[in-house]
Amino acid sequence: MIDVLLDPFRYAFFVKGVIVATLAGGLCGLIGVYITLRGMSYIGHGLSHAIFGGFAASSIINVNYYLGAGVWGLASALAINRVTRSRRIGADAAIGVITTASFALGIALLTIFGNKGPSFDAALFGSIIGVSVADVWVLVAITLFTGAVIFCNYRALLFATFDPEVADVSGVKVARTDALLMLVLSLSILATLTVIGVTLVAATLVIPAVVARMLTNRFSRMLWLSTAIGATCGLVGMNLSYHLDVPSGTTIVLTGAVVFAVVLAATGGRRLQRTAQLDSHAEPAPANPTSAVGPALRSQPDPPTGANYRGGGDG
Amino acid sequence: MRISGVTFGYDAEPVLEDVTLTVNASDFVGVVGPSGSGKTSLLRLLLGTVRPQQGTVTRTPAVAVAYVPQLETVNWNFPVTVSECVLMSRSGRTWPWPTRAERAEVARVLDRLGIADLAERHIRELSGGQQQRMFIARALLRRPQLLLMDEPTTGVDVASRHDVLHLLGDLNAEGVAIMLTTHDLNGVAAHLPQLVALNRRVIATGTPYEVISPVVLERTFGAPMDVLEHLGMPVVLDRYDRFQGRASA
Repeated sequence: MIDVLLDPFRYAFFVKGVIVATLAGGLCGLIGVYITLRGMSYIGHGLSHAIFGGFAASSIINVNYYLGAGVWGLASALAINRVTRSRRIGADAAIGVITTASFALGIALLTIFGNKGPSFDAALFGSIIGVSVADVWVLVAITLFTGAVIFCNYRALLFATFDPEVADVSGVKVARTDALLMLVLSLSILATLTVIGVTLVAATLVIPAVVARMLTNRFSRMLWLSTAIGATCGLVGMNLSYHLDVPSGTTIVLTGAVVFAVVLAATGGRRLQRTAQLDSHAEPAPANPTSAVGPALRSQPDPPTGANYRGGGDG
Repeated sequence: MRISGVTFGYDAEPVLEDVTLTVNASDFVGVVGPSGSGKTSLLRLLLGTVRPQQGTVTRTPAVAVAYVPQLETVNWNFPVTVSECVLMSRSGRTWPWPTRAERAEVARVLDRLGIADLAERHIRELSGGQQQRMFIARALLRRPQLLLMDEPTTGVDVASRHDVLHLLGDLNAEGVAIMLTTHDLNGVAAHLPQLVALNRRVIATGTPYEVISPVVLERTFGAPMDVLEHLGMPVVLDRYDRFQGRASA
């Protein structure tokens, strides 16, 4: 049994794939906490599609994939964030418009000019075959950079995620913080795209964070739990990919889905309520909204006894 | 702080028109008006998160301002405890973990607000009044000279509303200027030293006796109301029966 499990580690491509999948899973799990708590779960899906446009464009004009797709993805992320914060249209609508247009452009470019870069199928569904040593180092660098950004901006990111308006008036540079988050999100999607794939990368952002939210009520704990769950799903999913001969993105996401189902079953579904509002920032009413009096115009069934009439008339 | 001749709107239609208002040190002002009258926009202008289309907003340099938002605007499922939420006021530091001094300060503020025993509770587990006190604690950690509060008593029960008003009175006595918005004429506005009646424009300013009058209220809320005096305070009565009769007729 052990021999079967260790067998793929004889191959260098698999070792690189495992390292990338584990790092990618952990990285997406870490960033996914902020994305889901901001009610922007859909952004991972959208941004990966937007980056596909950059992937196609950089392939055609022979620009480095990371540079071309990275700039494209960051521009898309900043545009989405700006439109969302302006409150004119919702985040889902902004993501839908900007990213699907970019994805469509990418397909059109590849159809017209042909693909000169990484495999089209690998970009869509993920593959461990094409992982190079350079890919591993890029991902390591992005993981370290993301970790440093989150560590150094932990308090500001937390406040801006919880209550951006109050954070803004409390001295947090919310626009800068948002831009930083969008930067690391774009870089992370970029670095994980070839292993996990355009169509599945969103799940690696959302599932670990949702599972972690079901397990804890503390933000700091949610951060490391989500990172650990994401990394574990990456590790296990990559091994399953080899043994089942199924695209790596698929097995990584399915592993996450199984973890979600197990936690849901173990907690009896009670903690699923904690994940409410992960798709929107505000809720309609607080926990104990009932005011015995409420607004004056609805709260005076009888005039007070012994009151002195002061004004009025039929007006 | 002074707002002079300010006109402001999010789209073509102005939310505020030609508003002039001054908030002095140690003022305690309530802004009353119907939904959509521009109360929250007025606070945002004072906070500086929006800019006037016309007119000027003048702030005393380096004045410490804290803001308490409406409870309804917050995601109460967010994974933070009470102490973590209060500590958000100290977001300027790079180091993620709170220092011993910060922890002590949070404990002191929570103790003052009577929610020290709730420090490690998740924010969803609090009642409306406790949630409001938590937000006030977060604001106090900034040691504000001016406290701006948006509907601080909406969604809290009567006892908690009394507690919040007493607490704000104490803070004001210590020199903190306070401006709050409210719909609640009897439960909140009548208890405050100064009021501003707002409905896109400033309709009236003054003491509760000057502002809570049938004429001002009808101009502000667009509905006839009667005002009684009870234990030395104005009490507002709406004319719901008459509206109902008119509707059925």
